[in-house]
Amino acid sequence: MIRVGLPAHLRKLAGVEREVELEVAAPVTAAAILDALEARFPSLRGTIRDHVTRRRRPFVRFFACNEDLSHEPDDAPLPDAVARGAEPFLIVGAMAGG
Amino acid sequence: MSGVRVLVGTRKGAFILTADGARRDWRVSGPHFAGWEIYHMKASPVAPNRIYASQSSSWFGQVMQRSDDGGATWETVGNQFVYDGVPGTHQWYDGTPHPWAFARVWHLEPSLSDPDTVYAGVEDAALFRTRDGGQTWQELSGLRQHGSGPHWQPGAGGMCLHTILLDPSNPQRIFIAISAAGAFRSDDGGGSWKPINRGLHSEGIPDGDAEVGHCVHRIAMHRSRPDVLFMQKHWDVMRSDNGGDTWREVSGNLPTDFGYPIDVHAHEPETVYVVPITSDSLHYPPDGQLRVFRSRSGGNEWEALTNGLPQRDCYVNVLRDAMAVDELDQCGIYFGTTGGQVYASADAGDHWAPIVSHLPPVLSVEVQTLR
Repeated sequence: MIRVGLPAHLRKLAGVEREVELEVAAPVTAAAILDALEARFPSLRGTIRDHVTRRRRPFVRFFACNEDLSHEPDDAPLPDAVARGAEPFLIVGAMAGG
Repeated sequence: MSGVRVLVGTRKGAFILTADGARRDWRVSGPHFAGWEIYHMKASPVAPNRIYASQSSSWFGQVMQRSDDGGATWETVGNQFVYDGVPGTHQWYDGTPHPWAFARVWHLEPSLSDPDTVYAGVEDAALFRTRDGGQTWQELSGLRQHGSGPHWQPGAGGMCLHTILLDPSNPQRIFIAISAAGAFRSDDGGGSWKPINRGLHSEGIPDGDAEVGHCVHRIAMHRSRPDVLFMQKHWDVMRSDNGGDTWREVSGNLPTDFGYPIDVHAHEPETVYVVPITSDSLHYPPDGQLRVFRSRSGGNEWEALTNGLPQRDCYVNVLRDAMAVDELDQCGIYFGTTGGQVYASADAGDHWAPIVSHLPPVLSVEVQTLR
């Protein structure tokens, strides 16, 4: 199972209290995780990436295994620890604004 | 038993304030959608427990919410706003072309006859409509594709479509206003549009007959006389008696004619309310005195309403969508401030009292009259 961490506002929107676990077929990529996440929680559509372009929203970042993966291609395989469920794929609201 | 439900959108969530017809004892519900900006909430006039809300954030974009039980519970509905065709460009602040891009929904206007039909005014300026209760939204692109679109320019708050007025006597007629393009009217249900800005004069626009480019802040109408429109422009309070074909200034004796909201008494179509703000660079009331001004003559002669409002050291603003009136026999007036107060008057403005005093900055106020 893939583990996904969501920021507080999106956890509330999705109606979950902690990490989400998702079935994602290999190869495990950011796009595949987001597809599965949005299929399970339709209320998250459009809040992490654009509906049409599928591009990440500017103030959202992706982290895993202590690395910023935000600028990796969304079809790039994620670290093996994420694919095995040992480490979560973290969706983070950027620290910006006041 | 009659009562009122006040829908308050703030920078950090939504609040619902309810009272019986006396409007003395209030119940406060919220924050709903805590931490999100709620630009606007509005209920269907034909299904009062159906409320639509625009929820947004700079981080996570636009979310749309719908309630079918008067705001007790909510469900997310469609949040995909895609411009029709290739959206092209409008002018940026420096006059260069800038691609049209959706940012947020500023204003929701439910249909007067169908609870599943709602109009949405968005930034960058465009008009969308849903006919399925908010699940899907389609652009009425005749507005944006009006020939002047490439010349529209944002106001300081963004290029927002903030006002939508539906003519109760003619379902084909819709008025909208955009900062800083101006006012537009459709006479075919939103298919085609014409600018209605003749008579507006704006400092900084050298062409006195400019068709677009005016920073209209708000337009109001009384349902019994839909050809009479009142406008709070960036500067100037204006009036039209012919559905916006021409406008004339009715600022009269106001201490300043800069401001944001404008509204009309529910039962007196010549009684109009504004909240004068010092200037376009000082967004607070003159002399630190929060005063609503009322005209009972459709403009020009204005009286200050101060009873119960702070008359010293008050430096809040009242935003364009943050004033509303109820329809009880004794008309109630409501407005919210950027300081987090929501004031109410149950006697048409003669006396005021705060309903709440410490909310986040108030973006919008709507009122439902419940019978």
